[in-house]
Amino acid sequence: MTVSTADRPLLEVRGLAMHFPISEGIVLSRKVGEVKAVDGIDFAIGRGETLGLVGESGCGKTTTGRCILRLERPTAGQILFDGQDVSGLSSRELVGLRRRMQVIFQDPYSSLNPRMKVGDIVAEPIKVHGVERNPARRRTRVDELLSMCGLDPKFADRYPHEMSGGQRQRVGIARALALEPEFIVCDEAVSALDVSIQAQVVNLLEDLRERLGLTYLFIAHDLSVVRHLCQRVAVMYLGRIVEMAASDELFDHPLHPYTQALLSAVPIPDPRVEAGRAFRPPRGEVPSPINPPTGCVFHPRCPVAVEACKQTRPKLRELRPGHWVACDEVH
Amino acid sequence: MTAITPGSVTSAASADTAWRRRTLAGTVLGFCRRHPLGAIGFVIILIICLAGGLADWLAPFDPEENDFSTMMQAPDWIHVLGTDQFGRDIFSRLVFGARTAMIVGFGAAVGGGVIGLILGVTSAYFGGWFDLVFQRVLDVLMAFPLIILALAVVSVFGTGVFNVIIAITIPLVPRCGRVVRASALAVREVPYVDAARALGFGHTRIVFHHMIPNVLAPFLILLSAFVGQAILAEASLSYLGLGVQEPVPAWGLMLQGSAEDYATTAPWIAIFPGLAIVITVLAFSLFGDALRDAIDPKLRTR
Repeated sequence: MTVSTADRPLLEVRGLAMHFPISEGIVLSRKVGEVKAVDGIDFAIGRGETLGLVGESGCGKTTTGRCILRLERPTAGQILFDGQDVSGLSSRELVGLRRRMQVIFQDPYSSLNPRMKVGDIVAEPIKVHGVERNPARRRTRVDELLSMCGLDPKFADRYPHEMSGGQRQRVGIARALALEPEFIVCDEAVSALDVSIQAQVVNLLEDLRERLGLTYLFIAHDLSVVRHLCQRVAVMYLGRIVEMAASDELFDHPLHPYTQALLSAVPIPDPRVEAGRAFRPPRGEVPSPINPPTGCVFHPRCPVAVEACKQTRPKLRELRPGHWVACDEVH
Repeated sequence: MTAITPGSVTSAASADTAWRRRTLAGTVLGFCRRHPLGAIGFVIILIICLAGGLADWLAPFDPEENDFSTMMQAPDWIHVLGTDQFGRDIFSRLVFGARTAMIVGFGAAVGGGVIGLILGVTSAYFGGWFDLVFQRVLDVLMAFPLIILALAVVSVFGTGVFNVIIAITIPLVPRCGRVVRASALAVREVPYVDAARALGFGHTRIVFHHMIPNVLAPFLILLSAFVGQAILAEASLSYLGLGVQEPVPAWGLMLQGSAEDYATTAPWIAIFPGLAIVITVLAFSLFGDALRDAIDPKLRTR
């Protein structure tokens, strides 16, 4: 297993923040506040590793992915991809990065252009980046990519609306692989699929990781899928990482009260165990990221919060080897 | 470890039989069967286009030649739709008028539509200040009713077929740009546009390959309505004496001037060009509606 302190991680995020301004007025607009979608997070992903990023809706995990892909320009922080800071690059400078970093989206219905045939969707990046200029060889490459993703090459002549959700998601994966990237952000890549199809796509992602040596940032809210696929997991809450550890360690020995609450909300398929365990889902609602609580953002919902939690923002501390927790009350 | 699922392969084989390449004839036949009104509209448009195109061979008389021996004749076997107060054959003038109507209608609608389409989508795609300024410019143009703005443009550029096209194109641009921008704003938020950005495609490619094709459905309905509107506007301008000038045959011109005076004594002078305008505009509306249903793949049924 790769630890975050390996020689040089493929991706390193330092103090990443994304604040969206809220403005009022049409012509003379002024900023009246900001949504702190991501508020200073640090993590690293080693080559060939899969890092899971979990959390409730609106905790900033998707925004983190979009910043890394540079679909958004982050407000602050560094994104080091293979040692190069990409957080401030212009769209022209990003072209080279695009070939190395790709994305698989959640919704297999809206992530494919409905006016293009599947073959053209997969061929387009190869054509635009001038990877293969010969149309016949490009066609062969598309067939190869489709079969690599478990699709019959005949699908190349279809439109996305003629396919099922699972098949479309495979097209999305084939498109992401077209430029032979090293790193893929899977933004809830299996969340919109049926459970049976979900398992197939997860297997496909695993298989591709092994065959092509890919590195994933796997954003999800389904904890069982994350445990299965990821070597390490980071838990996000209100724009911050509250806990990060190796997958089994995090699921078996969660230290942060939020992680514990999150895991206790996962039902166990055994009524006797389920009845016997202490059920402690997080109390209350997620506070607004426009006006987050002071100190530790989790303190209003935290069962172990003390007065000091309202004052100081806890830093991520390595409590066990490779197990990082942002809580001053656990030791 | 292989993750190739048997499910996807078997469904590929079964779907292959259901999916056949559609031929052009098959597409046209299917369209006629599902949208009979649209097909009728299309046939009328085709007839009018053919009439305009083949006017030199179809018209039995010279549309500009006066014949004072045959003034205001009721329809008969020589002058099938009668003659006007100058003795000109109305059928011949209608046929040549179709050419004027089509040139102005398609010219202005396609010109205004395409400019509006590109500006609207670009404005939505870039957003920010560009969008804001562009929208205010459209607001100014939209403040004038189509015909008033067209009149203003004609008074600057002068009359004549080409200037009439320009005069109708300009007010159509904001009308198209506004509607297209609204659709494009929705399209911009769809993940396939993000995917295109993440794949490193240029702005031009994203606008032309990923956004414009996905706003074509509302655009085409607009376009077909615009042809009708442009034909109406041209008729209105000509009727007001600011459009196509005599003796060039145009439907609006045929309704102008003394046509009203003769409405009771020689009604055919006004009725036939009026009918031509109504039928043409209606045909474009019917066809546009049917085209919308046919062109959206999500509404397409196999």
